[in-house]
Amino acid sequence: MAAGGNGQYDCIVVGGGHNGLVCATYLARSGRSVLVLEAAERLGGAAVTREFAPGFRVSACAHLLHLMPAPLMRELGLAGHGLKLAAQALPTVALSADGAHLRLAPGDLSDLAQHSPADATAYAQWQALAQRLTAALHPVLAEPPPRLGTGSWRQRAALLRLGWQIRRLGRRDMRELLRIGGMCVQDLLDERFESGLLKGALALDAVLGSNLGPRSPGTVLSLLYRIAAAGGAEGLAQPQGGLGALSEALARAAGAAGAQMRTRAAVERIVVRQDRASGVVLASGEELAARVVISSADPKTTLLGLLGSEYLDAGFVRRVAQLRTRGLAAKLHLALEALPQFRGLTPAALRGRLLVAPSPDYIERAFNHAKYGEFSAAPMLEITVPTLADPALAPPGKQVLSVIVQYAPYALAAGWQGQRQRFTDLVIDTLAGFAPDLRRCVASAELLTPPDIEREFRISGGHWHHAELALDQFFMVRPVPGAAQYQAPVPGLFLCGAGCHPGGGVMGLAGRNAARQVMREAA
Amino acid sequence: MLTASEPHYHQPLLKTPFHERARAASQLDSFVAWSGYSTVDVFTSVEQEYFAIRNASSLYDLTPMVKYRIAGADALRFLNRLVTRDLSKTGPGRVAYAVWCNDEGRLIDDGTVFCIAHNEYRVCTAERQLDWLSASAIGFDVEIAEVTEEVAALAVQGPTSCALLRALGLAGVERLKPFELGQFALPGAARPAPARIEMMVSRTGFTGDLGYELWMRPADAEGVWDALMEEGRSRAIRPVGSRALNIARIEAGFLLPNLDFVSAAHTLRVGTERSPLELGLAWLVDFNKGHFTGRRALLEEQRRGPTRQLVGLDIEGNKPAHNALLYADRSGRKPVGSVTSATWSPTCKRNLALAMLDAPYIALGSTVWAEIYLNRELVWERRMARARVVERPFYAPQRRRATPPADF
Repeated sequence: MAAGGNGQYDCIVVGGGHNGLVCATYLARSGRSVLVLEAAERLGGAAVTREFAPGFRVSACAHLLHLMPAPLMRELGLAGHGLKLAAQALPTVALSADGAHLRLAPGDLSDLAQHSPADATAYAQWQALAQRLTAALHPVLAEPPPRLGTGSWRQRAALLRLGWQIRRLGRRDMRELLRIGGMCVQDLLDERFESGLLKGALALDAVLGSNLGPRSPGTVLSLLYRIAAAGGAEGLAQPQGGLGALSEALARAAGAAGAQMRTRAAVERIVVRQDRASGVVLASGEELAARVVISSADPKTTLLGLLGSEYLDAGFVRRVAQLRTRGLAAKLHLALEALPQFRGLTPAALRGRLLVAPSPDYIERAFNHAKYGEFSAAPMLEITVPTLADPALAPPGKQVLSVIVQYAPYALAAGWQGQRQRFTDLVIDTLAGFAPDLRRCVASAELLTPPDIEREFRISGGHWHHAELALDQFFMVRPVPGAAQYQAPVPGLFLCGAGCHPGGGVMGLAGRNAARQVMREAA
Repeated sequence: MLTASEPHYHQPLLKTPFHERARAASQLDSFVAWSGYSTVDVFTSVEQEYFAIRNASSLYDLTPMVKYRIAGADALRFLNRLVTRDLSKTGPGRVAYAVWCNDEGRLIDDGTVFCIAHNEYRVCTAERQLDWLSASAIGFDVEIAEVTEEVAALAVQGPTSCALLRALGLAGVERLKPFELGQFALPGAARPAPARIEMMVSRTGFTGDLGYELWMRPADAEGVWDALMEEGRSRAIRPVGSRALNIARIEAGFLLPNLDFVSAAHTLRVGTERSPLELGLAWLVDFNKGHFTGRRALLEEQRRGPTRQLVGLDIEGNKPAHNALLYADRSGRKPVGSVTSATWSPTCKRNLALAMLDAPYIALGSTVWAEIYLNRELVWERRMARARVVERPFYAPQRRRATPPADF
């Protein structure tokens, strides 16, 4: 729908990342006129597929799709808008230096039983518990969090509903949830399992993208969060054409709903008139008016950058400024002339997700460095070879290797400038420990450090979740008290990005929850 | 200052640059702690000191006032977002009384803002504010430095204060209007301080009377004190302590932190913090100047209407209603508020109080009852005294505003 007669849109969405597009789709479907403004040349934010070497393309940040709930994808009709999965229900392979790797596939624990029969039983029990907890936790993620202290019955009812969902788990599961909720994941894993590879793989899931190690408190919460966000659906998927294809499908869904989208339209500031957000000014100087502005940019960028502290109270500004937003995950892309040989793995096994996280101790040691502003001497890796399922991402016969590397602190004490090559070599050497001929296959490499991600995708601190996912930045206090219901203190301004509940990963729930809140608050 | 040889638990109070002079002038050795400094509570007698303020000239050492230098390209924008009033009208050479609130619109502190030059200010506060000022500075190009120890301050208050400063050679001081400041020099005298002493003088004060505040380098403090005492002898000048000043400030209707309100930065109990609207400072809140911290909360409070307010009370009898609870009627069954500051006013000859009262009773002219306890030779009596809500300030002499002031 076009802007109203006075040139005013009902809604302007700042940022065309996945959450911005999801939010725009729901708002446009409600009959509102919606304009999405994206600074980059393409929609998708960090969920884009980019050419990093001539003819080689790769998902820029996240390289697997696993958090976006199936019902949301159905509601958006993404399959109808061209989203195809090149692979799904991908297995995870926990690499071992001695070649005795552990393969975990959805519904297939036979390899685990070979490693440890006791773990196979215990893991099945853990998965069953996680499924039951997800039934209670997933609805929490799929709704705006309640706001306390307003005296509103609706808010109190929402909190009661949450309590009821947890109580409904039954006494045993509820007790277990409350017992493990604040624990560190290593304690949980040591209680339940014996295999270092299994524990390492689960610990990686708990700390991926976070400023946490397996012994950091709250890492059980982040593990449960990861499981619950996916709605209990097991397995990882790889969109055909990379994550960028997901964004393209989202954009088509938004377009079909009537939303307009503009790229190369960087928002410079949010306009406030009479203490109300009334539009935006683009870097070009063009001013666009809207009844409501919804930003999918991270909270610091939106509130301190685009809006500015002068429109906010000082205590609130301090909370936003103190938000922990420093990323620790780097991305390494390798263009390969040929497929390297991983010791102990068939080429078919390379289609899955490979992990270099042989034990929780390995990850904790890798994390130690990050605490002091150094990168890990022996980093934790999540590896995919997307070209195996989707050969079109590389020239014929050639391959792409995509690696998420932790820990690569945003504020490297030595500065990233002189360290990029050293770090790239370190990661390639680590990989070569498992695939000795890798180095010969590498045609070119691209490293994205957190500062690169910050610059490239306009995310403060280069943090994938926009703000650390930890208890103190979670649920009713995410991103900060006073903005946890997608509503900024300035009337007419909303947030819909990963910095909001339920957080980041390519999930899309923040965008949908925010759209609902906009419809409720700004009818 | 703390020295290495002293154990940490012996940390002494700081001494102001006037301390030696004050100690010499003190008959009672009655010192109290104020913002980390030792200052005089009473020199000789509260009554004598009070009448020096109202009838002659008084010296009051206000060095412990916490002082900040605030400067930078965004200094005005920063201050206007900090305080509730509009400072864009307070140009160079002007002073403004202002208050600031937290996000919930509850008072953190009050203070005076001196505009020394374009985008250069001095802010004087009762309590240390660096944490809040720093939080407020996020996103603004402004430098904040505490300069409490770099500036000595002396209040010269009373009907003869202008004449005294003129007699000392502060040419043109009589042209300063209320809430104006200027740079002046005390000419070199034959006495021990031979050189000219440069200082900033503002026509401000906490007495509600004619008066000035002198801001100088600590090294010049004793020279200024000596010159004022010497020249002021014929004008019955007296150094005064905090107790005498307290009577004058109640007459003038000024608020004192921790007596009339507790900073929202320090309150622990729910509901004990106060908003400027509740404290009768609505005139300091400008909703039209743009955003400031607490604005949305205060607008909401204004929309709901007051639930309580600080008022002035005129109480029958002559016994100050210190800490008195206030009731709707003489029976004392329905509490409606309490007294925050009380005094017998020697000048008004009225029994005055500032009190926090519940909304239905805050209108001018309404009557409540104060429960006053009297100690009569160790026999305690309870008295219910009728109290009427009256206008503030209780005492506002013409000379406070007259420019030039009368020459005594």
